Amino acid sequence: MPDGGDLVLDVKGLKTVFRTRGGEVHAVNSVSFHLGRGELLGVVGESGSGKSVTMMSLIGLLPSPPAENRGGQVLLGGRDLLKITDEELRAVRGAKVGFIFQDPMTSLNPVFTVGDQIMEPLIRHMGLTRAQARVRAAELLELVGISDAATRIDNYPHQFSGGMRQRVMIAIALSCDPDVLIADEPTTALDVTIQAQILELVKELRQKLGMAIIWITHDLGVIAGIADRVMVMYGGQVVEQAPVRDLFANPQHPYTRALLKTIPSLHGKRAARLQVIEGQPPIMTAAPTACAFRDRCAQRMDRCDHENPQRRPVGAGHDVACHWSAGGVDA
Amino acid sequence: MLDATPKTLVQVRDLKMYFPIYAGILRRHRGDVKAVDGVSFDIAQGETLGLVGESGCGKSTVGRALLRLYEPTGGSVVIDGEDIATLAPEALRRKRPTMQMVFQDPQASLNPRMTLAEIIGEPLVEHGNLTPQDRLKRIYDLMDQVGLNRRFAGRFPHEFSGGQRQRIGIARALALNPKFIVCDEPIAALDVSIQAQVVNLLEDLQDNLGLTYLFISHDLSMVRHIADRVAVMYLGRIAELSPRDALYDRPLHPYAEALLSAVNEPDPMLARRERIILQGDVPSPARPPKGCNFSTRCPRAFARCHAEKPQLSEVEPGRHVACFLYDTTAKAGPTGGPEAPRLKPAAYNQQGEHQ
Repeated sequence: MPDGGDLVLDVKGLKTVFRTRGGEVHAVNSVSFHLGRGELLGVVGESGSGKSVTMMSLIGLLPSPPAENRGGQVLLGGRDLLKITDEELRAVRGAKVGFIFQDPMTSLNPVFTVGDQIMEPLIRHMGLTRAQARVRAAELLELVGISDAATRIDNYPHQFSGGMRQRVMIAIALSCDPDVLIADEPTTALDVTIQAQILELVKELRQKLGMAIIWITHDLGVIAGIADRVMVMYGGQVVEQAPVRDLFANPQHPYTRALLKTIPSLHGKRAARLQVIEGQPPIMTAAPTACAFRDRCAQRMDRCDHENPQRRPVGAGHDVACHWSAGGVDA
Repeated sequence: MLDATPKTLVQVRDLKMYFPIYAGILRRHRGDVKAVDGVSFDIAQGETLGLVGESGCGKSTVGRALLRLYEPTGGSVVIDGEDIATLAPEALRRKRPTMQMVFQDPQASLNPRMTLAEIIGEPLVEHGNLTPQDRLKRIYDLMDQVGLNRRFAGRFPHEFSGGQRQRIGIARALALNPKFIVCDEPIAALDVSIQAQVVNLLEDLQDNLGLTYLFISHDLSMVRHIADRVAVMYLGRIAELSPRDALYDRPLHPYAEALLSAVNEPDPMLARRERIILQGDVPSPARPPKGCNFSTRCPRAFARCHAEKPQLSEVEPGRHVACFLYDTTAKAGPTGGPEAPRLKPAAYNQQGEHQ
């Protein structure tokens, strides 16, 4: 598993703001991260933590207005995606970056056959003829584990179950052999046994195709099972980033620690009472000038109230944005 | 939490809930969706029974049929001595205060045009005869109990977060001092950090008020935390009903085993273990398989499983399983007998399907 050396994607200081009638919402606040070739980066956070918005703004999927980019760089293959034209960006989406959305029920078009929808990017981005695209589409369906692909290709989405629709979504995302696959909660809407099937499929496909994956989820269990590296988001910022084993064995940010403790386990000792994180996640109406987690944090110090902590390394590939975890040491 | 011989509060026997399918120009009755097909269980006073299963397995339908939000097709539901399934309308109305429900979606189950006080107070208006002053006092008490600030009484649901809305739903369910509450996926719509708050609240209320819960959920880890006993449902039937620790330590039914194996543990070591991956999807409840409902996906199915439906029976003290693997009375079938005893549960963990 590569570590930093060969980067496919490098994001620096990305800022995204939504302008709403009620004022601005700072959804993404100086988010920086990188993705190595063939790496699977897990992104965890609760709803509103900015995890989906970050990934969507990377490839310009947010409608503007209300979304507005306020700076940063998104380097993919040496090009800054924030600087290129819409036309160029459209070529990147689908061809270089595949996207799997959360809800397989609504992200497929009900009036086109599954085959048509897989063929569309092949014809558009890869310049295949319809006949060639059809052959390739059937191969892709087979690749994602749909048996009898040659006939299922002419089916409509409603003829597929939820798990199979998500397989189709994966086939579409993989159709142009992307360098980066962004999967936004791809298994959240699925039942556990179907979820296990999809996770197994993604593990297999990674081995076969070797693309880098960004996996967005709120489920730490899923992350534990598939990620190489994990990024924890809170209030539109990255609060901790570490290799997966390190993060679970040695979480540094009070939020990560609390999050890991609130989840009851299937094995091991059963706690008499669940740990809770009191309070609510914040709504960022302004760029952060203090720690976003401070109101819910047991380790709150004076400094947390007037200085937004920056990420500092605490171990190999492990960094954390917290005054307390960094032991008060200045960078 | 359980006393020596606790009183049975809820007794469900052979509950069936079929939804008819009408098709064709004449809307003829063409069959039934057997959402719940012969479910039986007891819940003792003060106990929490967890009801788990995947979407479409009928767990929510059980909850709703139990409170007669649906008219059950068959079977009996005795709650506190009276059969809810056959009670006359007026008697049912008088019975309603004993049994309440907390719904899954706190957004959809609260009227957006009513204030918090009106929502919590509505059951008191319907079923009580309190003066407005007493009613307000009771509303404030309830708000205190579920941890809502009294100042919020005049606000509307949209002004609250998901976790707070679920607290409103819980306060409403508590208003009439119920004995039995059906919690239908009460935390499914909430964020991880908020889920724990709501679960702790439900547990506190149970301790303080002696409530009995049916806790319906697809979250197996949370059910392990809150439930005393757990029923695992598959396609309208109970596959296994066991005490919590026994089930999680050593699931007996192959479906219960696969389901537990599929759960993602928040631990990279455990999460990368060899897992049982079930093939295929859940069959439609309109066309369930002829034999055991799980036979189409079961890694251990044999001839008999495809021919007849196993009944739920006690295979170990307190543990009920509907599976021919544990049928010690097996005598039928040409190759029937030998299969069953061969698969001792201990040996059977090692022969996972994908190895």
